[in-house]
Amino acid sequence: MRRVVITGAGSINPLGHSVAATHEAMREGRSGIGDLDIRDVERLSIRIGGQVKDYDADARFNRQQQALFDRFTQFTLIAAEEALAQSGLEFSGQLAAESGVVLGTSGGGLGTLDDNYRVVYEEGKNRVHPFIVPKLMNNAAASHVSMTYNLKGPSFTVATACASSNHAMGQAFWLIRGGAAKVIITGGSESMLCFGGVKAWEGLRVMSKDGCRPFSANRNGMVQGEGAGVFVFEEYEHAKARGAEILAEVVGFSMTSDAADIVMPSQQGAARAIAGALNDAGISAEQVGYINAHGTGTAANDKTECAAVANVFGQHANEVMISSTKSMHGHLIGGTGAVELLACLMALKDGVIAPTINYEEPDPECALDVVPNVAREASVDYVLSNAFAFGGLNAVLALKRAG
Amino acid sequence: MGDSVKDKVIEIIAEQAVLEPSDIALDQSLEDLGVDSMGLVEAIFSIEEAFDISVPFNANEPEKSAFDISSVSAVIAAVEKLVAEQTA
Repeated sequence: MRRVVITGAGSINPLGHSVAATHEAMREGRSGIGDLDIRDVERLSIRIGGQVKDYDADARFNRQQQALFDRFTQFTLIAAEEALAQSGLEFSGQLAAESGVVLGTSGGGLGTLDDNYRVVYEEGKNRVHPFIVPKLMNNAAASHVSMTYNLKGPSFTVATACASSNHAMGQAFWLIRGGAAKVIITGGSESMLCFGGVKAWEGLRVMSKDGCRPFSANRNGMVQGEGAGVFVFEEYEHAKARGAEILAEVVGFSMTSDAADIVMPSQQGAARAIAGALNDAGISAEQVGYINAHGTGTAANDKTECAAVANVFGQHANEVMISSTKSMHGHLIGGTGAVELLACLMALKDGVIAPTINYEEPDPECALDVVPNVAREASVDYVLSNAFAFGGLNAVLALKRAG
Repeated sequence: MGDSVKDKVIEIIAEQAVLEPSDIALDQSLEDLGVDSMGLVEAIFSIEEAFDISVPFNANEPEKSAFDISSVSAVIAAVEKLVAEQTA
């Protein structure tokens, strides 16, 4: 089996428009969550979110591009550009044929749907722009990355709600490990912060009106964010031969299904995924120094996740650091695992553990080291990234420090 | 309003519990009736639609909610209060 390494990273999210800006915010424990600035916000009861701020689509994409690129595609292309520039890769010939794109998203072009439903239902028009279908389709982002960079191998989109990005990166890992591809551009993107997107989430009554406080006893729900994280996964020998900088190695992946409930998480399903990732990586729990938690800030997730970690890690659960960066950038749904992988890279590469901010009151049901409020310096060799989706679909990645 | 609110709330809860309204006792809790967390959220949605009110309820902290769901009669009282506030 081939080894898989990460040779490029890019992002645009509520914490910043680059990986460096995101890492700086994570180090400083800064929040990207604030008042929502969207059309008809006064008709929403949930009015906060992690929006990408100071974003000017006109400065990045021309009119023809914007006619085809939903906001989730725009975020993807911006993150992909940064990741590919860092990797230094260019694709032609055999390498192009053996390289592809596997991206996660849950809502795809939801903003495009929302805008155009308004046009036909609210404004009563009988005509929409001719490119609505290719703009809103969930694979639009993956396809545009493939077209932009001449990636002609396996490309597809993965949709598993809140675990989409982790499932996507897991597939990318498997494609390279199994020999089906040399390079996969992977990660995910989401842009659901539009009136219809937030209104739908409101209905479920799991959203917080005042902030995201994962693991804190006074947490009262999730806060939604938007943005993208994109990575270059590359076969190790290929990366080594060209002298590429290796940001981290992907060493394990596991996915499980709860087969239980459409919204309530299962401790057993989560625990099986965590244990599966350790097993796939061939490491013990004691070797893991940091876990990037799913940590949504809902009552249900946080206690279930902590119980699952305690169950798999045993005594070492008291030692391992586990933080939820959703406290800073919100829940990016199908893009969340990708942006959270940046915290994993920061831990492995820079030796800085991103904090769980807004931590105010200990919860006996979440009695782990959640790295409260302040980032911490620590040298870690292995990290895990958890994602547990509605529908009971779980995906956990294991990464190793380069070198 | 009186019985009209009561009857409608019982009808909504009965639908979620998959029972006849006549099988619902006022002192029962929604849990006793077999209404789970998703059934509760659906019942609250139905109540909001039926009475054109907004019910303050967060599934993360139901016990802290201003909307008392401890029993069928508590729900009826809470809805009556919200409807009265609405028309006041």
